[in-house]
Amino acid sequence: MTVLEALLQHSPALIIAIPLLSAFLLPLVSRIHAKVRDVFALVMLGVTSCFVGLLASDVLSHGPRIYIFGAQNLRVPLVRILFEVDSMGVFMAIITMMLAIIAVIYSWSFLHQEDGLDKYYTLLLLVVTSALGMELTGDIFNFFVFLEISCIASCALIAFWVTEGEALEAAFKYIVVSSIGALFVLFAIGIFYAQYNALNIATLAHLLLFTFLDKIALVILLVSLGMKAGLAPMHMWLPDSYGRAPPSIVLIIMSATLASFYGLLRVVFTFYGNVLTTSLRFSLPAHVVIGWILIALAIVSILIGVIMALVQTDLLRLIGYAAVAEIGYMFLAVGASIAALGTSYATVALQGGVLHILNDAVDIGLLFLVAGAIYYVTKKRSLDDLSGLARTMKFTTVFFIIGLLAVAGMPPLNGFTSKFLIYESVYQLNPILSIIALLGSILLLAIFVKVLYAAFLGPELPGLKDVKEAPKSMLLAMGFLAGLAIFIGLFPNLLLDTLVKPAVSALLDHAQYISMVVGGL
Amino acid sequence: MIEYIPFIAVVAMILIGLYAVVFRRNLIKIVIGISIIESGVNLFLIMLGYREGGVAPIFTSLPPGTTYPPEMVLPVPQALTLTSIVIGVAVLALMLSLVMHIYRKYGTLDVRKIRRLKE
Repeated sequence: MTVLEALLQHSPALIIAIPLLSAFLLPLVSRIHAKVRDVFALVMLGVTSCFVGLLASDVLSHGPRIYIFGAQNLRVPLVRILFEVDSMGVFMAIITMMLAIIAVIYSWSFLHQEDGLDKYYTLLLLVVTSALGMELTGDIFNFFVFLEISCIASCALIAFWVTEGEALEAAFKYIVVSSIGALFVLFAIGIFYAQYNALNIATLAHLLLFTFLDKIALVILLVSLGMKAGLAPMHMWLPDSYGRAPPSIVLIIMSATLASFYGLLRVVFTFYGNVLTTSLRFSLPAHVVIGWILIALAIVSILIGVIMALVQTDLLRLIGYAAVAEIGYMFLAVGASIAALGTSYATVALQGGVLHILNDAVDIGLLFLVAGAIYYVTKKRSLDDLSGLARTMKFTTVFFIIGLLAVAGMPPLNGFTSKFLIYESVYQLNPILSIIALLGSILLLAIFVKVLYAAFLGPELPGLKDVKEAPKSMLLAMGFLAGLAIFIGLFPNLLLDTLVKPAVSALLDHAQYISMVVGGL
Repeated sequence: MIEYIPFIAVVAMILIGLYAVVFRRNLIKIVIGISIIESGVNLFLIMLGYREGGVAPIFTSLPPGTTYPPEMVLPVPQALTLTSIVIGVAVLALMLSLVMHIYRKYGTLDVRKIRRLKE
């Protein structure tokens, strides 16, 4: 066995171990010098990304991989934890790593005057670990543990500006919502263990009978993971914490939020994949009911997101509400694909939804970074205090325009690619859904054009005469996301064929996921 | 009937906790509510660990010659509960420290007086 094969074989464990261990090494390293600490965090994330890339290339060409911690054979009962990595998992892991690296590069300049940065980077690496763990694990209890890690670490990061009362309030709201959500996930895990004596996702999915208790567990899991993903009407924590955390942190919290969204996909498509077509009362199949409930909540999310964003004056909070609307688009696509399970446009809808996970991370991330750059140079949050910034912040203005067009779904930027797939497939389910989705996009465009006029154009304010362009590392981070937005917009097929389509077929093909564990061992 | 009492207690604890979180105005009481929900869930997990006629899974106290008796209980729920308790302590400590900072900042624990992030 060559070194590369050995590394590949252990890469699922290493992807978790490297950020976790370097998180706790970081306070020691930061004793040496602040620069060493910053570089250390980036290098460790870079090494992790290399492993993610290695694993991704293998999974995409050879199918899912299993990594077993503990007993290899099954003679004694299952005292072991499985990691099961499929194309969907690596797709999410790639997004997480991208967001994490950009956040670290951005933090170099953005936070260099603050203290407590060793703890900041430790917590940042812990959130990355937890998001990666949620995406790679094949064990439902393990999923809960990583969910709780992400909840604790993100809460501490939201309260990073601890002298601001609003940040504390947002952090408290976040931890109340997400710890209750996580406890209910644990309750659902208890229900599964009580019936099937197993904690492994594949084994449970194989054994699942869709009893009354399973239905309760499904509702609990949908509600609590939806709450963690920011689906309306449980979205209220999201604009608060996105609006009050340092913008570099928003990217990291977003990766945890998207990992919860991934958990929801895993629950519906893999866990309940075998029983989705069972009919409930009145000969309605379960998938139609679940799908339409998700669609209804998604529509509410889109409308609440855009309407509340219209009335905001705080720039960061405004983008937070736009993020709620974007989450709504993902749920709309997923709901439509569940409701129409089995048809060809269901697959297209799911492709749109999965691609929109990446596009949401890029667009909303870029807008947050731009808003953070504005906050960094002016120390102002409210749109009423900002004006004429385009004169001095040329690059930032360009990046904002790219982000604004991308988030509104204008061609040729990345938002268009996934939103077009969503409109097209949702139209076949029900044209009204498509109209609402389009309306949401138009309103998003209106909102951000308003921001463009308020903050970047218009007369120069006397207080803002001596603002400078944002520092280089912040420009680099924004430039990378902007470049990615343009690249995905110009070559969507490249990404669709290599990453999104395998991820979608891995989600829909739950039989393969199950047979990897149940049949193969 | 008697074997259902713990499960009724579990549901009651979770509902009491949710009531405290949703309707109480004092931050400390919200924290207590979450703590009660957590205890309810832990009680639920412990209840699942009970097996009629089971043997504690201690390999060293087995009679000689036996390897793995079928009555031996798999200690998974206990392990889950321990993990959950540890996580619960961390969450509780973090929530209390946030409450402490909020109290320092605003001088009150009443949710209605603290709320700045409204719309």
